[in-house]
Parts: sequence; structure tokens; C-alpha cells
Amino acid sequence: MIRFLLNDTEIQLTEAGPGDTLLDFLRLGRGLTGTKEGCAEGDCGACTVLVGRLHDGAMVYEPVNACIRFLAACHRCHVVTIEHLRGPDGGLHPIQAAMVEHHGSQCGFCTPGFVMALYGLWMTHENPDVVQIETALQGNLCRCTGYEPIVRAALAAGQAGGQLQDFLTLERAEVAAKLAAMPAGADVSRGGERAILPADTDDLARVLVQHPQATIVAGATDVGLWVTKQLRPISPGVFIGHLMKGIEVSADEIRIGAGVTYSEFAPVIDEHFPEVEDYFLRIGGWQIRNAGTIGGNIANGSPIGETPPLLIALGARIVLRLGDARRELPLEEFFLEYGRQDRRPGEFVETVIIPRKGRALIAAYKMSKRQSADISAISAGFRIAVENGIIASARVAFGGMAGIPARAVQAEAALEGRPFTAATFEAAACAVKNDFTPLTDFRATADYRHAVAANFFRRFWLEHSGQEVPVRLNRAVGE
Amino acid sequence: MKHETLAPPVTPETPHESAEKHVTGRADYTDDLVLPQGALHAYLGLSTVAHGRILSMNLDAVRAAPGVIDVMTAADVPGKNDVSPIGKNDDPILADGMVMFHGQPVFAVIAETREQARRAARLAKIDYEPLPHVLDPLTALDAGGELAVPGMTLRRGDPQAALPKAPRRIDGRFTIGGQDHFYLETQIALAIPGEDDEVVIFTSTQHPTEVQHMVAHALGVPANAVVVNVRRMGGGFGGKETQMNLFCCVAAIAAKKWHRAVKLRPDRDDDMIATGKRHDFVVDYSVGFDEAGRILAVEGDWYARCGFSADLSMAVTDRALFHADNAYFYPDVEVRSHPLRTNTVSNTAFRGFGGPQGVIVAERIIEEIAYATGQDTLAVRKANLYRNGQLTPYHQPVEDMILPRLLAELEESCDYARRRQAVLDWNARMQAAGGPIRKGIALTPVKFGISFTATHFNQAGALVHIYTDGSIQLNHGGCEMGQGLHTKIAQVVAEAFNVGLDRIKVTKTTTEKVPNTSATAASSGTDLNGMAALDAANQIKRRLVEFLCAAKDATPEEIRFVPDHVVVRDETIPFSKVIEMAYLSRVQLWAAGFYATPKIHWNRAEGRGRPFYYYAYGAACSEVSVDTLTGEYVIERADVLHDVGRSINPALDKGQVEGAFVQGTGWLTSEELWWDKEGRLRTHAPSTYKIPLASDRPKVFNVKLAEWSENKERTIKRSKAVGEPPFMLGISVFEAIGHAVASVADYRECPRLDAPATPERVLMAVERLRGGPLALSGG
Repeated sequence: MIRFLLNDTEIQLTEAGPGDTLLDFLRLGRGLTGTKEGCAEGDCGACTVLVGRLHDGAMVYEPVNACIRFLAACHRCHVVTIEHLRGPDGGLHPIQAAMVEHHGSQCGFCTPGFVMALYGLWMTHENPDVVQIETALQGNLCRCTGYEPIVRAALAAGQAGGQLQDFLTLERAEVAAKLAAMPAGADVSRGGERAILPADTDDLARVLVQHPQATIVAGATDVGLWVTKQLRPISPGVFIGHLMKGIEVSADEIRIGAGVTYSEFAPVIDEHFPEVEDYFLRIGGWQIRNAGTIGGNIANGSPIGETPPLLIALGARIVLRLGDARRELPLEEFFLEYGRQDRRPGEFVETVIIPRKGRALIAAYKMSKRQSADISAISAGFRIAVENGIIASARVAFGGMAGIPARAVQAEAALEGRPFTAATFEAAACAVKNDFTPLTDFRATADYRHAVAANFFRRFWLEHSGQEVPVRLNRAVGE
Repeated sequence: MKHETLAPPVTPETPHESAEKHVTGRADYTDDLVLPQGALHAYLGLSTVAHGRILSMNLDAVRAAPGVIDVMTAADVPGKNDVSPIGKNDDPILADGMVMFHGQPVFAVIAETREQARRAARLAKIDYEPLPHVLDPLTALDAGGELAVPGMTLRRGDPQAALPKAPRRIDGRFTIGGQDHFYLETQIALAIPGEDDEVVIFTSTQHPTEVQHMVAHALGVPANAVVVNVRRMGGGFGGKETQMNLFCCVAAIAAKKWHRAVKLRPDRDDDMIATGKRHDFVVDYSVGFDEAGRILAVEGDWYARCGFSADLSMAVTDRALFHADNAYFYPDVEVRSHPLRTNTVSNTAFRGFGGPQGVIVAERIIEEIAYATGQDTLAVRKANLYRNGQLTPYHQPVEDMILPRLLAELEESCDYARRRQAVLDWNARMQAAGGPIRKGIALTPVKFGISFTATHFNQAGALVHIYTDGSIQLNHGGCEMGQGLHTKIAQVVAEAFNVGLDRIKVTKTTTEKVPNTSATAASSGTDLNGMAALDAANQIKRRLVEFLCAAKDATPEEIRFVPDHVVVRDETIPFSKVIEMAYLSRVQLWAAGFYATPKIHWNRAEGRGRPFYYYAYGAACSEVSVDTLTGEYVIERADVLHDVGRSINPALDKGQVEGAFVQGTGWLTSEELWWDKEGRLRTHAPSTYKIPLASDRPKVFNVKLAEWSENKERTIKRSKAVGEPPFMLGISVFEAIGHAVASVADYRECPRLDAPATPERVLMAVERLRGGPLALSGG
């Protein structure tokens, strides 16, 4: 049985299919039509709801896309929709009032999604600035307002505060207690289609041995589209978004559970790899970063792979588990060719290990038609270790240049052992042309991909050569 | 007379009438309506080739799929299988024998649930005999240049003689991309059958009357049998002017056939694949000018990708030519349109309706002259602005030109001269230091003609009811798509009676109340419907005054409408009381209003007339930073000064200006429609088609209305239309990007960016002007 809280009601579902979406459940099953379908692929945010879940005994609420959130993945969660929002007096919530006052809605179709994303921001950030607001809204499209009045509303609501009197603050302990009383695992089916939520990782390992052909569903930011766009059956679906959440930092390495989301990983990035903070905030929108997992981003084998180029450059290894057996391999060896990975039936990615040893210059770059919430046309990770003016080691990996994320072997060779100079990077910029034969598609032409790949080396040099010229566009206001 | 001091009950900045419903999720869109019992769902099956003859259709698997009730093809259309808005009979509801583009609706599945219908639609097996397809305007031209609709020529003077005599001449080509509307709410129709031949449609169209006629034709019934209702749209932008017809017809046909309600809502991808977009163009232009940069003669050919059918392409390509001058006087001019038929979805109305594709060419011509003569583009603009009395290429004199003042004010308030110098200095420093970030700045004007160019559309109706409790119900022919039309019209009526907005309910737009309406389009909603509503209110007011004169033995001069009351000499009577009294005295308390725009006329064959009642003006100054290593950019700042005449609601008007600016910027930057060789649109969802985000809007965004402006013509409250004109302010961003690009070759060469200026086009232009990639040196 799937159990969760929907606003102030407990839901118990004995029948559900693995591909049932939260959005359809809300709109068709419960008449909660405030949550809208704009795209059914997690890109427009009109379906944004808050999902609260237990994390170390406390409630964490995050905006997610209901369109690609599977109902099964709501087990043991608190789903909060626009209908539940209210102010301390039972009237408009401060976010809603600010949206009215600042003329933040025109056609109004995207508005509930914006309100929910801004509500999520308001709860977690006191008095957010413009860049924080924009970052929180990367996953919400508005076609009418040009966003300016929405940002004004968010600023005003942020300044007004009032979080301590908010209904979710007041309900929090009670909600946590109710969720804690629900069992961790679940197993439901409908019409022969089955959704399994293992209770823990060992249970997952057993389930996958029993069902080696199961569809493993973590954040569903990709699998969701298999269902909503391709209408693919995913039964049996094994839901793992609640598992493998650990992050362990030791002197030598960082071990990340495969179920860690981008948002959960962000503090690790901020602390240990601040050089690539910008890159991380260009992956998906906020809702996607709250759902998508590091393990899922690797295991789905995308040729672009927003995190693999960086992780490969950092020398990451992954732990694959089959039953009780584990094996470890360098991340780049996991990607065999387009659409094929070194993963056996029943096996799953359990842990990603990032080494911390040695000092090096680190960078990650991406290019996309739109800066935020757009899949890369090309992305790259750099780890360059310089000793006494000589490049001691160079690991450079690209996404979008081949059928798999891959290292730029010839460019690396042009760097390694050479002096850390402009001429060396110019040579690498020329060499990288021979590393890849990229495609032309709607994201970019092959020529452009080549040109940008080469320029990434030039950018790396300009950023690390100690010159005083600005190298990157500045997104902050007033600078 | 204490009521004299009361503040007027309606404040100009009143929020959108649905704002509270929007923010609480209680505003109902068509998909949110509670369905009648037994409602069915339709889904469309789309063609999988760009051009081909249907050899056979095997729909057995579709029929056998779970929940399927019916599969309909062209043969199931009881009336006319056509939704051409101009009666050309070239726009089938369901393809009949031939498919003309990839994604054309071929059949419809009717099932118990939407998911069942959608799944079943994928099971069709259709054999096509593929035929050659042409996808873009130039290929279409090479293949014989078949036109979807007749082209137009606007000519004044003798440019063929003037061009060779001009001291300088430039010829160029400009490719201008299209744009998907990306309204957040997709197309949707719900049809509920009634008795006899009746059917009621709930939908999200900008043109209920046209849906009414299309459904009537498709069913083979008179228009009086069909009622079309629109409470609100989740965005329209022109994309729901004609494109909703097909969906409504399919739902209506199925509803009548099965006597059950039928809803049809395509998935976002199908919506984007199967419905028309902004026309893309290739434009060849020639300009002759003197050494000072004054334009002497212009010639140009606008080649448009119209898609497979006529739709609105004639009016759209006409409007491109009407705006080929933007704000500039061309002493000798000839511009020609070539609306080419292509095997792509039939392009349609989109905010600006071809105008932006004219305006941007005028601005390209200005850039060409500026770079060729080594001047600031703004100086060239100012030197070529229309003066009142000068004739447009369509022989309408410009009589309300306010751009000199507007440009001067904006130039001053945005500190243009100083900031332009700072941009030039920055770029010089970066050139010397090898820095990759360049800056650009541009200040561009817009002049936009207001009126439907099909003169007969410039009419509107309204219906005002006052009930005996003093509450007012207001209905008019315009549709609410977010622009705040209902709010503005309610303000007009509230002001007429001097009552509060809480007394007025604007109901859904319905063909039952106001017939024979025009599309809510061409920015005309408030101009037309506001006047019609005012006419209705004034009729009732006249009757109330007559009644009060008789009842109180007063003269009309002794009667005044003060806030929520009526003063008769020294007696102050609550408005509700007046209404009650009038009712008891058998005074008619409702009225139908009507309006037709005066003065306008147009002769297309001769290319002469006065197609526009007046012009709306505006200008924007944008500054950008461009990363010349990747082609990415940010908009550092944008300043806008826009003319809406005397604004009825400055808050809503400002919202239109801000939104239009960002939408116009999207058209010219990140929004790219990309078809593969097979004619498949590959950017057909927000994952691949990228409209601007909050973080893409200008970092500093100063938007002002020109408060001193007043419409010279007698429009509603002397306001001006606002929906479309500010869309073209986004051109300032496009040109600022070009300015930054031009810096890599010391501004000697016009960057000639094609649109949209995706990062790829920007980087490739940088490398073209630079003669290769940035090469690192030194070290």
C-alpha cells in the first residue's frame, strides 16, 4: 500500500501502477485542478507542488514537478498543493498577496506553479536576493509577464517574512510524526503493472536480483518522460529515490550515495569544489535538481550527462552492486558506447566516489542555447594539476561531443608534461579537434561544438593565468 | 454635496480581475471544468511524412485498443472538412488523401479516457506514397515558388531609378526565424451536445465567432445551433486566433455523433508540432543612401515560410510590408511579399502579426548605413525619422509622430551617450587585454499601425445588464487571455456609472450574448470592445437621466453621477436605489453597444489607403555583454519608454510592455525552430525549445509609459493599443548583441547577425568578423 499525506488528508492506495503520475492523481483523481499541466516533461513548472519528506527525522520540503513525479514515489511524503496554501488569517498567503499586489499574474496559468516555487524559496531563504529568486525560478516558465513583476513580488514577500507563523511551520512536527509511522517500503500493482519501493538498500539489492529487468526509478527526471512522452511501460518499477542518501566526506575521498539529489549534493560542491558552483546551478531547474539524482544521471547513460564530464575529470569511481557483491570501476569505463553501459542485469549504481587527494585546478563549463535549465549542447570538466610551472596531470572530459561522456585524450596529451602557458593551452585547443567527431542536431552544429570545445581550453587558461580581465559573464545585478 | 469629495471608486492601477483566482489556483481553465457524466476524450493521430499521398490506413489496432469508442477520419466529417479562416478550402480538419506536413492531423481516436485515446492513436499503420517536400522559403522559391496566398507590392516613387543614383548602396540578405507561441495552456476544446443540431463548446480561443462558424460548417448546421464559450485563456499571443478551430471541430463532430461530451487536449509536443507559428522570412533588401546616412531609396523582397495552407498568411505578410519602414521615411520605395507554400505546419498569427519581421529589416537597414558611414546607429535613426505629413509606402500620411520627443527623453533618462562611450571604452580595453567579454548597446524605436487591415474586422459589440439589485453584468466580444481586457472594460463601465468594480461582473465571452465578433487580436481588444461597452453604458445612462428628469422634474444638467450615487439637484440617491426606482418605472436597464472604427479604408490591389487608425510608438535601449568564447550573452540593462496614449490601467499596460519586451527578446535570441531534413520539427517542447527564463530578463529593467502622450484620435479614453507594439522593443537587444560582435572588427563591418541570435550564431559571427577563433598568445 502507498501511503502519503496530501495537504491535510492521508491517502492510502492499495492499487496503483508504476507509471501513475502525481499530476494526474491530483487533477483527475482528486479534483485539485489548481496544479496545471503545461508540458508533462518537467520543464515549465506549471505543475509545481511541494513535496515534504523525512530527512534525519525532520521535514524537508522542496518544489518538484508533479507531472513527472510518480505517485509511488510520493510514499511517505507530504504533498502540498496550491489549494492548501493560506495566510495566518486563513486568507491569501503572503506570497499570494504579493503576487496580486505586484501584478505577477496575467493569463494566470503558470501562476500556481510560480507561487509554489516561491513558497518553497520563502520557507528556506529569509529575504532572498534577486539572483536567489531567479535561481529558484529556473524551472518555471511564464510567457506573459516577462518575470519582472514576479521577481518584485518575491522580493516583497521575502522582506515581509512571517515564516514562523506559517501553517507548514506549525504543522511540521505533526506531519513528521505521521510520516514516521508509515512503513518505509511498499509494493502495489494495478492491472498487472507493479511498483515496488524497497525498504532499504539491501532490500533493493534483493528485489533487483529477483527482477533483473525492472525499471529502476530514482528522481524520474528522465524515466518520467519515458512514460509521459513515449508511453513506455516501466513495470515492474523499482523506486529508489528514498534510498542511498548518504554523503561521507573523509580526508581521501567523498562518497556519495546514488540517491543523493543535485540539491542535496550542492552543499558538498559549495564546500569542496566551489569552482564549479555555477555549473551545478545550470543543471535543470530547481524542481529538477530537487528530484534528479547523481546516481541516476550516471546510470541513464546520457551522451551529454550533466555531471559525468566533471566527475570523470575529477577521477570519480563508482560502486556497482549486484545482490551482495560489489565492484568498483572508474566512471569513464562505465560508459561503453551510445545507449550501453557496463551494468549487468540486476545490478545498480550504489555509490559515487570522488577522490580528494592532491591539489589541482578544477573547472566545469557548459554551453546551451539558454543559459539555465537547458540540456548542454556541450559540457566539459577540467582537472589540471600544475607543479613547478609544469602540468603534472590533465584530466579533461566532455559531454555532447560523442555518443558517451568521454575524455579528450589527445588534448590531455597536449597538456601533460608541458609548461603551464598560453601556448600549451592553444595547442590543446587545436588538439581537441582530433578527439571527437560530434553530431549536428537541434542543439548545435558539429562546427560549433568543435569551436566551443577548443574555446573551453582558452577559457580555462584565461581564468587560471592570473590575468585581471573578466572571463565570464556576470549574472549578478549591479556588478 | 458630501459625495463630491469621495475618491473615484475605480483606481487606475486596479489589479487583474482574476488575480486572486490566479494565485490561489481557483481560476478555471477549460481543462479544469467539471466534465458531464460519460464524457469522452479525443486524441489526434498525426502524419509521419512531410508530404505524401495516403495509400492505405489500417486503423484496426487503434479501434481494438482498450477504451476506444471510435476512430474518425475525413470521411466522418458530416459537413465541410475545412477550417480555412479565409474560406480557401485548403485547411482540412483531418487529412483527406494527401498529407501536406509532418504532424498533420490524419485521424481522431475517441475513447473513455484521454490516456486510452492517446495510447491508441499510436497504433495506426498508415502507408504513404512519399512526395517531394519543400521546407523553407528559398527551397520553395527554387522549386517553382508556389504561393500559399497572393503576394503584395507597396510602391511609392521610383526606387529602381533612385537606387542607381544614390551615392551609396548596400544589398543584403537577412534570415529571420519564426517563433512558437508557447502559451502555457495548450489548445483545448470541450464539446457538449444538445438537442436537435445544437452543440455548446467550451474552449480557449481568441475567436469564438470563428469557432462557431467552423463548427457549424463542419457539422453542416446553421451558426445559430452552435454556442462557443471562453472564460479565459492560459495565454494566446495569436496562437489561438485560428488554430483552435480544428480542435473544436473534432470535439464537436464526435460529441454530436455519440451524444456525449467530448474533450480534446493535445500533449504539448503535439500542440507544437500540429499548430502554426510565427512566420519566418528570408528578406533581400537594397538601400540607397547619402554620405550623411540619409535613406534615399529602398527595395526589398520578403520571402515567407507560410506552411501548407493559406490560414492568415496573406494578412501577416501584408503587415510585414506595412512595417518595412518602421519609423523611417523612404523617399522612393518598393517592397514585395512572397508568401511561399511549404510542407510545414501552416504559420499563423503571432503578436505583431508580421510587423516585427518588417520592423527588424528597417532596423537592419539602419545598422548597415551606420556601420558603412561610421556613425552611431541612433544618429542614423534620428536622421531618417518620419516627419508629420510624410507618406508611408502605402500612401497613408503619418500625422501623430511623437518619436522625436520620445527618443530624446529616453536617450536622456537612460544616459545613452555616456553609456555608449563606456561600452566603446570597455571594448577597446578588452581588445588590448585579450579579454573575451564584449559589450554592446542599442537604442531602437518602434512605430506600429493599429487596426485590423481587413477593415470589416474593426467592429465590436457589448452587452450591459443592470439587475434590480444594482449589480451589473458586463459582456463584450473580446476574450481574456491574460492581457487584462476584462479589467479594463470593467473600468470603462464602472467609470461611466461612477460605481465600484465590485458591482460589475464580467462574464465569459460567449457567442450567445454578443454575436459576430472579431478575433481578440491586432491589439484591438480594448479599443473596440471598450468603445462598444461605453456605448451600451451610455445608452442606459441616458435612460436613467431621462427617467430621473421626469421623476424629479429636473433638467439633465442637474443630474450627476458621483461615486456610487446619483445627485439630482441637491438630492443624493444611492446608485442601487436609482436602479430600483427605474425598474419600478419600467425603464430598460440593459443595452447592447456597438462600435466601428472610423476613418479607415484599404485597397490592397492598389496598395493605397488608410489601413491604420493611428500609430503606437515606443523605444528601448538595451545593453548586453557577450562572451566571445561561447557566444553567450546577458542583458545588463534595458530602458523602455512606451506610448500607450492615456492609459486606462498603467499597471496592466506596463505588464504588457514588460512581457512583450521579454517575448520579443526570446524570438531573437534563444527561441529556435529546427526542422530536420524529413520535415520533422525537432524543437517541439520546452526541453528543446527555449523561451526566456526569469534569469534571462534584463538585470536592470526600467519600464516607463510616456505619460504625456494622448491619442490624437478619439479612442476609448484617448488610450492606445498595447499588446503588440512593445514586442518589437526586443530588437534593441538583438542589435546590442550585434554591436558587441562588431567590436571584434572595430565596428568597420555590419555584423549581419541572422535571427535568432543563438549563442552559436553569435560565436560564428564573432569568428567570421575576426577571421578565425581567438588565439591565445604570449606565455
